[in-house]
Amino acid sequence: MKLTQGCFSFLPDLTDDQIYKQVQYCLANGWAVNIEFTDDPHPRNTYWEMWGLPMFDLQDAAGVMMELAECRKVYGDRYIRISGFDSSHGWESVRISFLVNRPPREAEFELVRQEVAGRAIRYTTVGKPAASAAP
Amino acid sequence: MLDVPHASSTDSSETAFDLRKEAETAGITETLQQLEQELIGLKPVKSRVRQIASLLLIERIRQRAGLVSAPPTLHMSFTGNPGTGKTTVALRMAKILHGLGFVRRGQVISVTRDDLVGQYIGHTAPKTKEILKKAMGGVLFIDEAYYLHRPDNERDYGQEAIEILLQVMENQREDLVVILAGYGERMTSFFASNPGFRSRIAHHIEFPDYSEAELLFISELMLRERGYRFSSQAREAFEKYIAMRRTQPFFSNARSIRNAVDRIRLRQADRLVSDLDRMLGIADLETIESADVLASRVFTGGADAVRSTKP
Repeated sequence: MKLTQGCFSFLPDLTDDQIYKQVQYCLANGWAVNIEFTDDPHPRNTYWEMWGLPMFDLQDAAGVMMELAECRKVYGDRYIRISGFDSSHGWESVRISFLVNRPPREAEFELVRQEVAGRAIRYTTVGKPAASAAP
Repeated sequence: MLDVPHASSTDSSETAFDLRKEAETAGITETLQQLEQELIGLKPVKSRVRQIASLLLIERIRQRAGLVSAPPTLHMSFTGNPGTGKTTVALRMAKILHGLGFVRRGQVISVTRDDLVGQYIGHTAPKTKEILKKAMGGVLFIDEAYYLHRPDNERDYGQEAIEILLQVMENQREDLVVILAGYGERMTSFFASNPGFRSRIAHHIEFPDYSEAELLFISELMLRERGYRFSSQAREAFEKYIAMRRTQPFFSNARSIRNAVDRIRLRQADRLVSDLDRMLGIADLETIESADVLASRVFTGGADAVRSTKP
């Protein structure tokens, strides 16, 4: 199952050139660029681990690409995303976030229904443990 | 290379190139002219800078013509005595490289040992990488580069910074240009103990000392920039000042002259304020008299002057 989170996730995976251009766009806007990785891409898991510090006074995306290459070397078997944080007043939030790396075998999720009082239904997204994931 | 400024359409059918137009669109004629006008002397430096600029221009045209073109190695080392204009030329160099599209952004990050080398184990690599990331797409100017290597301490963290630098200089040649600067002899011994550096740097540029006539010219240029001028006696006095100052210790070429000019301005202001009862004209405000120059301690042996002119 192809994980779809953040921008561009319904498109084919971005090439390095495309990532470079997106990052350059972030830097041109003065956003701080972060590289984050996780082995638990559950949609409710907002807080991924950071690779190094946010990069905010770079001029050129080559620096970010250098870090990304290193992050991929270490955590190539995990999800890696790049996010751009806009610190300007009124925004102060993440403006862009997109996946830049997927593990060879993607995470699987399923929807669990739970019947509660008054025949109401509650839904929960549950990650399938990697071992039991369908072959 | 991605989004190169002035990237022109690769039209391989083009067979003739207007060199003048090419040079003008890249902005190098202008930058070279500026270099010629604002930098006094420095003949070998200027001719080398011109050579590099020409090579880059031709390389760019060759690329468009579809000829084989290998991206040239652009790392440089500037050696010379204090105050011979190494930093100034580095800034100009960044402009030329940017104009020709050999660096993408054209910023200059100027650092010394403190910015690259950490204080404890594991501190150096992130620090060096941080600086390298900031310098990507531009020029990294390492002033007094020989401090990176401390021969007396083999566990010094400087070596770690050097290794990271070398790796990036080799692998990301199109992302970043490194310029090392420092005083002649110490750079020579630095390169001797780090042969990797020497071979990765294509351009070794030597900055000569200024002659007395050039220093006088520089001082007048500085005064003009600040809206002052020498009276004819003051000019003579300053000629004597330069001759004496050059023989004294801690002389650092143009930087000493700049400091001297700034102190002369102080003394001129002091002289004007000491007589409150007179009317001042424009000429009074902008003229430096010989008394302002002659009051310098350089004329009385310079023992104290030494401390205040240290760079």
